[in-house]
Amino acid sequence: MAVKKFITGSFYDEEVLFPAVKKIRRAGYKIHDVFTPFPIHGLDKAMGLRDTSLHTAGFIYGITGTATAVGFITWALTIDWQINFGGKPFFSLPAWIPIIFELTVLFAAVGMVLTFCYLCQLAPFVKKDHFNLRSTDDTFLMALECTDKTIEADAISFLESIGAVEVGVQYKETGWWLGRYDNDKKRFEKNVETAH
Amino acid sequence: MSLLRYESQVRPALVEGGKDYHQVTEDICRPVEAKPSKLWWIGFLISVALLIFGIISVTVEVIYGTGQWNLNKTIGWGWDITNFVWWVGIGHAGTLISAILLLFRQGWRTGVNRAAEAMTIFAVMCAGQFPIWHMGRVWNAFFVLPYPNTRGPLWVNFNSPLLWDVFAISTYFTVSLLFWYSGLLPDLATLRDRAKKKWRKMFYGVAAFGWTGSTKHWQRHEALSLVLAGLSTPLVLSVHTIVSFDFATSVVPGWHTTIFPPYFVAGAVFSGFAMVQTLLVITRKVLGLQEYITIEHINVMNKVIVLTGSIVGIAYLTELFMAWYSAVPYENFAFFENRLNLNSPYGWSYWIMMGCNVLSPQIFWFKKMRTNLTVTFFMSILVNIGMWFERFVIIVTSVYRDYLPSAWSTYYTPTIWEIGFYLGTFGLFFTCYFLFSKFFPVIAIAEIKHILKRSGENYKENMGVIDKESVDQFAAEQLHDHH
Repeated sequence: MAVKKFITGSFYDEEVLFPAVKKIRRAGYKIHDVFTPFPIHGLDKAMGLRDTSLHTAGFIYGITGTATAVGFITWALTIDWQINFGGKPFFSLPAWIPIIFELTVLFAAVGMVLTFCYLCQLAPFVKKDHFNLRSTDDTFLMALECTDKTIEADAISFLESIGAVEVGVQYKETGWWLGRYDNDKKRFEKNVETAH
Repeated sequence: MSLLRYESQVRPALVEGGKDYHQVTEDICRPVEAKPSKLWWIGFLISVALLIFGIISVTVEVIYGTGQWNLNKTIGWGWDITNFVWWVGIGHAGTLISAILLLFRQGWRTGVNRAAEAMTIFAVMCAGQFPIWHMGRVWNAFFVLPYPNTRGPLWVNFNSPLLWDVFAISTYFTVSLLFWYSGLLPDLATLRDRAKKKWRKMFYGVAAFGWTGSTKHWQRHEALSLVLAGLSTPLVLSVHTIVSFDFATSVVPGWHTTIFPPYFVAGAVFSGFAMVQTLLVITRKVLGLQEYITIEHINVMNKVIVLTGSIVGIAYLTELFMAWYSAVPYENFAFFENRLNLNSPYGWSYWIMMGCNVLSPQIFWFKKMRTNLTVTFFMSILVNIGMWFERFVIIVTSVYRDYLPSAWSTYYTPTIWEIGFYLGTFGLFFTCYFLFSKFFPVIAIAEIKHILKRSGENYKENMGVIDKESVDQFAAEQLHDHH
């Protein structure tokens, strides 16, 4: 598999990281990713990532659950095998509300978690590289992807000038465990110009 | 200090001791990475012993049938369903803390949500045992599922609250598990990246699903947590509502009341918070996490206890009023003879319930009591006893003497196997909890870091300056306006 080159810089404070992300983008570097130990609100916007559509997926799963419950119970109790429960109508929708609700929630929750795992490519036994082990502890790691035009020394000095520490070059094999490089551009709203 | 993170000085710090990000990781990972203490082993072994006793009790019941329990002609549910409702109720506090308080943006939930969610899952596991083994011929338990069968196919009765329960409890368990585990992923990754031993790297490597902390992943993770919280909130209300329907849709005096759903939900949150207190007062001490589960956390939870306890108290009084106001002799008999009358066979259980649930939590109106750990622990046990008796009162005192005196049952006391089964679920619950507290971080590391710069003690101190400035400015403006 192809090996790609990354320039990585760590940040110890998110208040340094935010302006750095803006400056890096303005300077035209391509941010591969920023790895953080906890969610930082607004960082996705600063990086130019588009909003996630996971909510929409959840809604669709929920509706599927509702439809499944209504459809199945209606079929089972009014068409397939009618049973007279105390003279009540076969189609007794109010009595089905609890199960319809539960299945809506169940489908939405299970569907969303599976979709989340699929989109992030998370599963047991998956091994991924995130450049710095401390980025799940107390450092924020920014990885820049090198293109043909990238001048290594310039990028390193630029990273250092905007507050990054432990700046270095890392080579990683590209593959699904590193994130999906093939659709990389889809993750950004606009194609980020790569220069230097 | 960025003003964006400003939090009023009126709110006490949620993380004490001047922590930075790395120290948070260290503190919370320490109990997981250290060898278990002697106290842990003692607790764990007692739990396993109880679990084994429970397994024996259930085995006896399966071999010889439910006749091994002292259930009789009118008391068909007895201890078994009492325990079921009790355990389900306990689970509710975990979801309340993790989901409802997330929607309300309550910062203090971060210190306690992980342990509370774990408690939910274990409590629901325990609860599930009771209706399953109560079936007697447990090998036919799958009959409750709507699957194509050779008996028609004869479908399950979708109009029955007992079937609603099957769906509610199983959905609740699944969703709670997913919510809990998706929240655990980042913290398991932290443990994986810190691991030095090979088996640790393997175990947490597998468990963390390859989490990296990528910004895109965090964005999706936040979206997922929020929607799961939004789903869990009505779900948790629905679960105990449906449990209450098991009673409320019947025509038994004492059960047939419309007040049951909100009354059950409030009671569930009440007992759940008591169990959270029981667990956390010990956990914070044994694992040395007093700086993360602070006295303030205990204080806030005690406020919830006094609130929900009082709601439950109002529900009890409303029931009594409605029984009197309805002028139905059977209702009157159920409430004023079977329950309220201390000299009736089960009158004592009603007064234990009243004393533990309504009277005793009132001491939490005093801050001194709310912030006293011994009182809190003692009270949490009392509330759990009281809430167990609430379910016992509802189940037993309603049916042992209802309409026809000729159908009144004899006095019901549990057999050793009924008690053993109940103790066994304690074994299951605490075995799970001990394993959880050994192998998983009991506090959500990432979430604590997220609130650290807003609610950490050292960061809050700096905000005092802003507070002082704004007060001065406000005073100046006021003076200016008056002149």
